[in-house]
Amino acid sequence: MPAPTQATIKSPVQYTEFHPRWYRPKVSVYWWLGERHYFKFIVRELSSVFVAVFVVETLLLINALRIGPEAYAQFLELMQNPLMILLNIISLFFLIFHTITWFNLAPSATPVRVGGKRLPDIMIAGPAYVAWIVISAIIGWLVLR
Amino acid sequence: MAKTAKHETNEAFFWILFSAGGMMAALFIPIQLFLFGIAFPLGWLHAPTYDSLMSLVRMPITRIYLFVLCSLPLFHWAHRFRYTLYDGLKVKHLNEVIFVFCYGGATVGTLVAAYFLWTIR
Amino acid sequence: MADKIVMEIARYSPESDHEPHFESYEVPVKREWVVLDALNHIKDNVDGSLSYRWSCRMGICGSCGMMVNGEPKLTCATFLSSYARHGGKIRVEPLRYFPVIRDLVTEIGGFMEKLKKAKPWLMRHADDQLTEGTYLQTPEQLDRYKQFSMCINCTLCYAACPVTGLDPVFIGPAALALAQRYNMDSRDQGAAERTATLAHPDGVWGCTFVGECTRVCPKHVDPAGAIQQYKIAAVMDWLKSFVTPRGRNASTHAGND
Repeated sequence: MPAPTQATIKSPVQYTEFHPRWYRPKVSVYWWLGERHYFKFIVRELSSVFVAVFVVETLLLINALRIGPEAYAQFLELMQNPLMILLNIISLFFLIFHTITWFNLAPSATPVRVGGKRLPDIMIAGPAYVAWIVISAIIGWLVLR
Repeated sequence: MAKTAKHETNEAFFWILFSAGGMMAALFIPIQLFLFGIAFPLGWLHAPTYDSLMSLVRMPITRIYLFVLCSLPLFHWAHRFRYTLYDGLKVKHLNEVIFVFCYGGATVGTLVAAYFLWTIR
Repeated sequence: MADKIVMEIARYSPESDHEPHFESYEVPVKREWVVLDALNHIKDNVDGSLSYRWSCRMGICGSCGMMVNGEPKLTCATFLSSYARHGGKIRVEPLRYFPVIRDLVTEIGGFMEKLKKAKPWLMRHADDQLTEGTYLQTPEQLDRYKQFSMCINCTLCYAACPVTGLDPVFIGPAALALAQRYNMDSRDQGAAERTATLAHPDGVWGCTFVGECTRVCPKHVDPAGAIQQYKIAAVMDWLKSFVTPRGRNASTHAGND
């Protein structure tokens, strides 16, 4: 923008070459705290942190298995620590929130057209939820048997 | 034009990883987190014995599955967290540092997972 | 329902103010009145200096977008009665994330530049002759982009999108959706020319799918959906570019070339 010219009248407000300076509101770093929808968005994005937490825990588990039975027993004990349980309960909430928001948003990105018309979103999200349940059942069975 | 092309190459690549990681995380993580993080520690279900779990983990297909489970969701985290820092904390001016921290971290995790899973006997 | 309601309206006079302040006006509540009617009432009867944009008053021109109680709305489509019912006040401010020229009037030149970058017009490889006849398009081909063509450039989506506020160079929802509208149009052959703008950190990659744009859009354009669809198309392109060097932008075409 061109530098402000000298105003002939004493004015509290600055002028550019063509017009009085516009008001440009700054966006505060707390923008996401002010509004429900923005807050939900950031919560959704922060779920990724708990995804990373899970991966770290899984790496610990794999390492424990790699080392031997005592290490595995120690890992299971670590998981029983009340703070770990609290962390994992919180993580599970965030991860389920991730799953639900992910499946609900995926149809927008991948519209499916059949016979020239777009399928309703539920027909894409629905199978994803079903797959989630089936996969969970299979993993549960594999681990528990 | 070359710089734009490089930008678009990088971003498309990281976005695929983010998407794939997000889908992996959505489908596969909740149950495993529930079992190992809540059900087993609280005694709701019996944790598998070392031997039974190892026999499962030793199988090549399980190792591949676990590798993908540890790697892709980390890249999902990396991409999402990077943008959350840009937008949530308005620190986009630190973007080189953030880039290295996020994708570098995900790469380290991937390499660690590969090493662990390769060296299981 | 009360017969009067208080409107708190942002006032900003660039010749004398450094920043906006609010002034309160009491306005009658008629059953069929919208916020725009109230603004017109104020301007006609109370304070003629109030400045704001409006035109068609029926939700098609896109001029009258403002923040009403913190939400981007078309003031010609926002009824006073829904606020009077709860005994509340109505707070009217200029659309968020734009510079303010005066009162409720925002500077949209930046938006116009972004729109131009998206090249929202039909582009053909070569000039076609009228003698070749009209372009033909089936209903299925129309359906692929019709939703994105409903945009009235009201910029409510820009006021809703936090990325446009945080990153002024971000191209923004409407421009990206309109680019995708042309990419998906079977008559268009210009997808390759839009790539530089779209597949760029200031283009679709800056979008983090907050989804607010889609929520506030008065014409149900779903710009967020358009942007995610372009991301996938850009990814397909990128993958294809490894297989066929000339394959760039093949899938961003709806193409009949």
